[in-house]
Amino acid sequence: MFATHAAIDTEDKARRGFRLLRILTLIAARLVKAVIVLLLIVVANFLLIHAAPGDPAAVMAGEAGAADEIFIEQLRDRFGLNEPFPVQLWTYLKGVIQLDLGYSYRQQQPVLDLILARLPATLILTMTAFVISLTLGVVLGVVAAARQGTWTDSFVTSLSLLFYATPLYWVALMAVLLFSVQLGWLPGYGYETIGAGYTGLPHVADVAKHLVLPALTLGLFFTAIYMRMTRASMLEVSRMDFVKTARAKGLSPSRVQRRHILRNALLPVVTLAGLQAGQLVGGAVLTETVFAWPGIGRLMFEALAQRDYNLLLGILLISAAVVIIFNIITDVIYTLIDPRIGANA
Amino acid sequence: MSVLSVEHLTIGLPKGADRRHAVKDVSFTIEAGEILCVVGESGSGKSMAANAVMGLLPDLVAVENGRAMFDGKDLFALPERARQALRGDRIAMIFQEPMTALNPLMRIGDQIAEVYDAHGALTPRQRRAKAVALATEVGLPDPEAIVRAYPFQLSGGQRQRAMIAMALALEPDLLIADEPTTALDVTTQAQILSLINDLQRRHGMAVMFITHDFGVVAEIATRVIVMRYGEIVEAGDAATVLNAPRHDYTKRLLEAVPSDVVPAAAAPRETPMLAVDGLTKTFGGKRSLFAKRRVVKAVDDVSFTIAKGEILGLVGESGSGKSTVGRSIVRLVEPDGGSITIDGQEITTLDAAGLRKARRRAQMVFQDPYASLNPRTRVAAAITQGPVAMGTPRKEALADARRLLETVGLDASAADRYPHEFSGGQRQRIGIARALAMRPELIIADEAVSALDVSIQAQILDLLRDLRERFGLSILFITHDLRVAAQLCDRIAVMQQGKLVEMGPAEEVFLRPQDPYTQRLLAAVPGARWSGAATTAASA
Repeated sequence: MFATHAAIDTEDKARRGFRLLRILTLIAARLVKAVIVLLLIVVANFLLIHAAPGDPAAVMAGEAGAADEIFIEQLRDRFGLNEPFPVQLWTYLKGVIQLDLGYSYRQQQPVLDLILARLPATLILTMTAFVISLTLGVVLGVVAAARQGTWTDSFVTSLSLLFYATPLYWVALMAVLLFSVQLGWLPGYGYETIGAGYTGLPHVADVAKHLVLPALTLGLFFTAIYMRMTRASMLEVSRMDFVKTARAKGLSPSRVQRRHILRNALLPVVTLAGLQAGQLVGGAVLTETVFAWPGIGRLMFEALAQRDYNLLLGILLISAAVVIIFNIITDVIYTLIDPRIGANA
Repeated sequence: MSVLSVEHLTIGLPKGADRRHAVKDVSFTIEAGEILCVVGESGSGKSMAANAVMGLLPDLVAVENGRAMFDGKDLFALPERARQALRGDRIAMIFQEPMTALNPLMRIGDQIAEVYDAHGALTPRQRRAKAVALATEVGLPDPEAIVRAYPFQLSGGQRQRAMIAMALALEPDLLIADEPTTALDVTTQAQILSLINDLQRRHGMAVMFITHDFGVVAEIATRVIVMRYGEIVEAGDAATVLNAPRHDYTKRLLEAVPSDVVPAAAAPRETPMLAVDGLTKTFGGKRSLFAKRRVVKAVDDVSFTIAKGEILGLVGESGSGKSTVGRSIVRLVEPDGGSITIDGQEITTLDAAGLRKARRRAQMVFQDPYASLNPRTRVAAAITQGPVAMGTPRKEALADARRLLETVGLDASAADRYPHEFSGGQRQRIGIARALAMRPELIIADEAVSALDVSIQAQILDLLRDLRERFGLSILFITHDLRVAAQLCDRIAVMQQGKLVEMGPAEEVFLRPQDPYTQRLLAAVPGARWSGAATTAASA
């Protein structure tokens, strides 16, 4: 008796080990592909930016008030803009491989430092929006599905349609008008109260207050999508045969809902969450610009306006990398929660 | 005393349904230790009656009148909580589709153990042990391992065994089985039927067994009730109903069952219309850096010919490769090797333009009459699309479509309607009209009658026979049902695991099978030992 149990336990362990190995090979394979994809993205970005009109040297010379040919030519020489195009690309790629994203001549700082300095603000904003939209969207979706056809359902569904259809910048502007200009409840721009010099807990509270409007604005669209997806998916799964099986076993309705319907219904929501998570770094340009939020999005906006090629390329590369990483994470999560996936991969 | 006594059960349908009541004033009893078969075609109300007893009627459908006495109490009068407590404990149910009836994200063992959990029985450790014991009892291979498997790792038959294990968990007094073997291959069906028979005797359960198949009835029923349009038309002992049916409807149903009497084959014909020679098709898993390639030989060196005006039956169970053969002929599947010629023209080497022309000569009719017509396209468009794409003027094609609809036994006005307005049998007729519109010389019917009720099935077989006579069509009739094949075909070819194991005149293959696999297949046909179908058909 004990011998059999021991045998089963070892077998179980072996099985689990095998599964872990399979997931690790999956990740390794995907990472190799990711590196190739990233290099292609760098090249494509490089080509696109150089094909766009506008000359950084001319912009800089203009701002310096010395737009004569000789000065512009000097600038071009200094920044390597006179090198043949393939040489420029090769120099850049060599840097990227060594994790050197170049130097922003506009801001007089290495690109990587600039990005890292802005990253925390963006992550606070996008992660908050992510968490809000995921929880709110799923909860609303479950509620609407459970009360299909009732007043609650119609209300939640119409609300999500509204969130879904309204342009983000408009919502942002209206929110500022209402909550900070009219009512004066919340600050309408910025990351913290400048000059207040808060530290510790008051500082956290101050940032949180500034965070409310941008995070809600950014999260609304995805809240609507999660809600609609969860609702549709719950309704679809609840019509499936195995749900009837579960009821025939004598399970309580709430248990059928949780263990059988919800678990299966959340599978497509995971895909969607992976998509949103991919935008954690690069997806807040509009929101950050409207709310003067000192994050990557605004940095990108500035870089674009100033033809700061190196900085722009750096931001594009980092946000592309984040998208790819979250795609891989989504795939791994999928193999963990759905036994059917990965079995024949 | 009866385990269950249903009295004057009436179930209402929502407004807009094709009739007011799904079930009307139905009364029956089930005794301990007997198997009551409820027989009827689709829409007869047999499943509704079962779901009402179980308390699992769909929303908007409700019991309007009647009682269901179980253990001294009226089930319909009990509060929902009390009914929930009975489900899975005293009354259990198994369903038709084993592929979808299990939660894909839960291990088999957990799904079995969940029954105990729902009713607060046993400790978690005991539940796991019981799950293994039950898996053993229902004959699942390697029970210790299979309780840790997920549903997708099991075959259809194994999943149905797992369902039965769940139903048996708390030793119910009544087991309701709703077409539990309909979706299974015949040999698997035979195993599941004998398992249910066996368990019923061992546990002394009462079983309410719902089916459309009189063969299955002959195999397991103690008593039978026959339902039509929500009413019981005949009830009685299995032997009496099968051998001396009184009601006309029962007689007609029994006549429609493909009988054991094989009709005389047409005279052999000379010119081959289709010649398949050494056909092979291998399906390989994706080759990848990290995994080994899995290879399935779906079709392995298959050769046969069909003469002009001949009907060849291609018979096999799921996975035998019979559909792959059919699809290869019109190159919906690209064959790996061998040759296929239609009236002397080689098909396998044609380029895209040549293939487009050649496809006109061979048309397919598919199994699922619901899925094979675009729901947003009028019937006329569905039929004329092919000819119009081939250059027939639209007006001409439309006139032809109306004529064809009459040819297949529908009204010409059907052309202006949408597929959802038709029944399954009617849609299959539309599918045939669509195939005929291309003026094919060969029709490939892939399980074309498998999804239909027996009486409808018989009509479609008549239609195919008739079309063969009128247009001299050659037909490749692909089916899992040897009996249906014997009714229609001149010759029968039997496939197993990609290979042809036997081929010959229908009568030879059906009455004197040579290959052991064909013999097994025939023996597994439900009701094989029941000669009723043959005599009824002969006397009709």
